[in-house]
Amino acid sequence: MRNAPKNLTLWLLFAVLLLLPFITDALLGRGWVRIVDFAMLYIMLALGLNIVVGYAGLLDLGYIAFFAVGAYCYALAGSPHLAQAFPIAFPDGVHLSFWIVLPMAALLAGFFGVLLGAPTLRLRGDYLAIVTLGFGEIIRIFLNNLNAPINLTNGPQGISRIDPVSVANVSLNFTQKIFGIELPSVHLYFYLFLAFTALVVFVSQRLEKSRIGRAWMAIREDEIAASAMGINTRNLRLLAFAMGAMFGGASGALFAGFQGFISPESFSLMESIMVLCMVVLGGMGNIAGVILGGILLAILPEVLRHSVVPMQQALFGKVLVDPESLRMLLFGTALIVMMLYRPAGLLPSRVRRRELDTDEAVERV
Amino acid sequence: MTGTGALLQFTSIGKQFGGLSALSDVSLHIQRGEIYGLIGPNGAGKTTLFNVLTGLYQPSVGEFRFNGTRYQAGKPHVLAQAGIARTFQNIRLFANLTALENVMIGRHVRTRAGVFGALLRNRVTRNEEQAIAERARELLHYVGIDKPAQTLAKHLSYGEQRRLEIARALATDPLLLALDEPAAGMNATETESLKTLLQIIRSSGITVLLIEHDVKLIMGLCDRVAVLDYGRKIAEGVPERVRNDPAVIAAYLGGEDE
Repeated sequence: MRNAPKNLTLWLLFAVLLLLPFITDALLGRGWVRIVDFAMLYIMLALGLNIVVGYAGLLDLGYIAFFAVGAYCYALAGSPHLAQAFPIAFPDGVHLSFWIVLPMAALLAGFFGVLLGAPTLRLRGDYLAIVTLGFGEIIRIFLNNLNAPINLTNGPQGISRIDPVSVANVSLNFTQKIFGIELPSVHLYFYLFLAFTALVVFVSQRLEKSRIGRAWMAIREDEIAASAMGINTRNLRLLAFAMGAMFGGASGALFAGFQGFISPESFSLMESIMVLCMVVLGGMGNIAGVILGGILLAILPEVLRHSVVPMQQALFGKVLVDPESLRMLLFGTALIVMMLYRPAGLLPSRVRRRELDTDEAVERV
Repeated sequence: MTGTGALLQFTSIGKQFGGLSALSDVSLHIQRGEIYGLIGPNGAGKTTLFNVLTGLYQPSVGEFRFNGTRYQAGKPHVLAQAGIARTFQNIRLFANLTALENVMIGRHVRTRAGVFGALLRNRVTRNEEQAIAERARELLHYVGIDKPAQTLAKHLSYGEQRRLEIARALATDPLLLALDEPAAGMNATETESLKTLLQIIRSSGITVLLIEHDVKLIMGLCDRVAVLDYGRKIAEGVPERVRNDPAVIAAYLGGEDE
């Protein structure tokens, strides 16, 4: 009986999500649907990072590298680019189906996750953060420079003309008519990303409330005590890195298919920090919080971009502050305010919330 | 004495930190089903021995056998798997997790569900999860924590935190329960009920190793006691004999009241 309202809320949420691209399109225009699509990608990334940072407590500042690995994996396996490097073997490049590349991208990213995890097994906190930061930069610099002697990544120019994702032989890059409803490309990608986000949420939720999830949290709380309780901290840390990286890799492949073009510029340190901010801002270890953080931080810059210039023009008659720099200023301020007033995030994880409740209860007594 | 009944056997264990010799030539053995006490003045090497035993340190020399198997470079989780569970001198609970979750984590080593089990949440996994939670509740009750199981570990009282550590250790189904100064900071009543709890645990067939400052507790509880001083074993035997050993009295002179 008590499930009825909860089910109703879920159905309502589902209905709103299904209509979201149409609502956004009608109210704000097609460009915003695209922004919403990107927000979904960020949510997937943030949820992936949440496994590493939120559950296992391993601070990772190079997370975007796994996104890059996934993106380049699909870019190489689904574009004419490899024809330049291996004209004889692949005269037209490689054009594997997205659905074949996706698991490959996830596995490859997972492998890179283990590659990062293995040498950092003894590190924690700040030291781990520095190494992961370096790892992220190494990947980006490799991508920037692997255009010689064999042109593998096309360097800073990036790879273009990546094949669009198709579902059941229907390309998502063109407007499609389904049941008489016209669905533009951005709408189609929205539904694809929605399905993947739902999958990622499901996986995160299941992992959180499992033997594995508890072991991760034990490592986060006290690694020595965890190992004394028989938890193989080496394997579980590697598993956390690999699982997080796999989510990153899968979203990277989706990103490459969606954009049709990628370059190393998309995988800078700033992006890693951005994703980490989403996790921290929303509430580490809490899925709903992380989603909220992802939405806010992905949408907010766009809102600023669209409001700051007209506002300044109306007020001063000219643009004084560039929206890009204002964005960083506001982000910084927002984070400082957060740390002061809501250090556990906007939606703290269940345990932290309970902790606050208990504190209040104690105070009342 | 070094016989077949020994659950744990240290032979000439030595541990050096740089030039400092924390343990030298320590040999001892713990029989199945006994409560074995380890005492000694501050800095005598008790905790070092303990950390060697639980795999946190690797001995510089010597041999270490547990339940018939020789462990050379012990890893903590391997030894927990083998059946050694421990508590910590300065409580190390998973502070931001609930009391129940703390004990459930102790079940980790005796359960199997992996990533696929977690994702599919099939019948086997569900049953296992249920069994884990059930056993954890039982253990909370067993050690006498009657606060709600959902209380965060850090919100338990000091005595309860000590008990929770014991419950978590028991959740690993140990053969040997090793307690590092479990009575530290406890008042007389708490110490008395701890003593009762340890006796119950022993009567359930678990061997207990106890490191303690509280000589009275050790003498009243243990079947056999070893005394460490400056990294050497200076006495071993039944409490009565150890208490009157001149070497022990010399080591403790001015230190403890016993």
